[in-house]
Amino acid sequence: MLWARELSHAFGAIRALDGISFTLDRGQTLVIFGPNGAGKTTLLRVLAGLVRPSRGSAGVEGGRRAIGWIGHQSQLYGHLSVRENLRFWGTLYDVPAGELERREGELLARLGLEARAGQQVRTLSRGETQRAAIARALMHDPPVLLLDEPFTGLDRLAAEELGRLLGELAARGRATVLVTHDVKEGTELASDVAFMRSGRFVAFGPRGGRDAAALTAAYREAVAGG
Amino acid sequence: MAEILRHAWLIARKDLRLEFRSRTALASAFVFTALVLVIFEHGRDPTAVPTIDLAPSILWVTFSFAAMLGLNRAFQAELENQALDGLLLAPISRTSLFWGKFGANLVFVALVQIVGVLLFILFFNVPVWRVWLPFLLVCALATVGFIAVGTLFSAMVVRTRFAELMLPVLLLPFLLPPLIAAVAITVKLFAGRPLSESGGWLRLLAGYDLAFVSLTTLLFPATVTE
Amino acid sequence: MTLAQRGRWITLAALVLLAGIYVRALRFTPVELHQGPAQKIFYLHVPAAWSAMLSMGLVGLASILFLIMKDARLDRFAAASAEVGTTFCCVMLTTGPLWARPIWGTWWTWDARLTLTLMLFFLFIGYQVLRGAVTDPRLRANYAAVVGICGLILLPFIHLSVYLFRTLHPLPIVLKPSAPSLPAPMLVTLLLSFGVFTLLYVGFVMQRYALGETGDA
Repeated sequence: MLWARELSHAFGAIRALDGISFTLDRGQTLVIFGPNGAGKTTLLRVLAGLVRPSRGSAGVEGGRRAIGWIGHQSQLYGHLSVRENLRFWGTLYDVPAGELERREGELLARLGLEARAGQQVRTLSRGETQRAAIARALMHDPPVLLLDEPFTGLDRLAAEELGRLLGELAARGRATVLVTHDVKEGTELASDVAFMRSGRFVAFGPRGGRDAAALTAAYREAVAGG
Repeated sequence: MAEILRHAWLIARKDLRLEFRSRTALASAFVFTALVLVIFEHGRDPTAVPTIDLAPSILWVTFSFAAMLGLNRAFQAELENQALDGLLLAPISRTSLFWGKFGANLVFVALVQIVGVLLFILFFNVPVWRVWLPFLLVCALATVGFIAVGTLFSAMVVRTRFAELMLPVLLLPFLLPPLIAAVAITVKLFAGRPLSESGGWLRLLAGYDLAFVSLTTLLFPATVTE
Repeated sequence: MTLAQRGRWITLAALVLLAGIYVRALRFTPVELHQGPAQKIFYLHVPAAWSAMLSMGLVGLASILFLIMKDARLDRFAAASAEVGTTFCCVMLTTGPLWARPIWGTWWTWDARLTLTLMLFFLFIGYQVLRGAVTDPRLRANYAAVVGICGLILLPFIHLSVYLFRTLHPLPIVLKPSAPSLPAPMLVTLLLSFGVFTLLYVGFVMQRYALGETGDA
């Protein structure tokens, strides 16, 4: 579903990515842990096609149409209502007119935003905005989800809710890549984990039922050794 | 091609809706236009220089600066919540994005120009209505090329510091040919000369527009690729 | 020899030759009939303009090639050429009025060539300001290339528009003396000066480029 092959990318002297290779299939959720500056966001942006790598290749089956991106920025227009935003983005992704209304309704209900549907996005709380951003990303029903530190700025409750939602989405056969610097977030969602440091995967493999604590230990070990 | 235009239209419509909701740029441009015209009106001695000689220059200088005020708004709105990334991720061509922005800018500038001309007729008592059709043509021709370059530059400048200052600095040399041509033709028009006498100038404007609309369309992807 | 060293030698050679041009212009080239000694600035002014145009042309060319080939060296070259071009523009814009005052009685006139150089100067300044305002080197290179190419395409339009304007609004003072029909010794001095200024361009750009390699400017 998506892949990277000997992916390398440099900004001038800085090596952001250094020989990353992996593949991901439907139903798999890869969670990439790494400190800030490890290159996680760059990797995601290369996968999404926003950045052309200096060397190697990466891609998603189905191209841009198949990708849903959820980051810590909502990519929504503050002065448009939730509904108007969904309508705009859905149309841009060529969701047929009839489908548009149906999905809109469905997503608003699922994400608990019906009450806010007509309100301008700038009036929403952080948690509500994040949910609206998710609705936006799902309007075109993408088989691949790319998530860039989606838990940033969310309070405990909202973060748990998001985790639950993402679990639901992943279970429906999507291929998901989630990057985060906090091991506590996203552990439950992962089918596979990777530890990233200085543009490289210092470990990569199935989660194997390990919990957050076990992963943290493994992460420290891998980082110390690498 | 039809796809590109359709997506461009979607983006332009969204931009215009946003602008009418927030009204900040439009209001500033209207106020600026009125202010400049008032200052020129009071700054000159009506007995010394006949209005009809100076009027075209005043009008076109006002138009140009008001237009520059509005140009940054196009990409500013996209930075708010990183919506620009969303647009780059969507399965639309870079050209649609550029033409959408370009189109919205043209509408914006057209509105400012209408208000400007009305105030202009009011303050300077120039018989524009007698030559309104050729005048309209000149306005359109002179504005198109210049706004194309402005749209391209604003895409770059919006991510730098001092964006409001950078745009005029970069854009000013590009203002010269259409400005000179527009003033020259307008002087002739107000003096009652037929449009055919300004053939050379019109050809210059057409050539400029053709060259720069093509060039800016070609170059735009370079400003958003990483 | 490193690039910077070679550049320094070339610049030195060019400066020596420039001194030679001065001597030739002042002592061995005949004084122009109508304008007198002040006309001799012409030998500096015109080649400086040529170097400025050359700089811009090469900035434009390097920019186009950079966008196609993505080679950072091309960007570095464009940056070097632009800085050198700005310097030559300054020379042109200062020698111009110095020449114009005694000949035309005015410091400045909006004729085609002077206006073109002024706009060229603004283009260079804008280019440098943009480069200075962007920190990410890849973004900066892309942006600079875009402006460089647009600037290059703009030049013929500026020239055309000011030229058209000028033919409709004739100069208030004596017509500008034109270059074509020059007596042989003056022509030779002029051509030699062109050569020297081109050499100066090469020397300056080499040094500036070398500086860019170390400092990532």
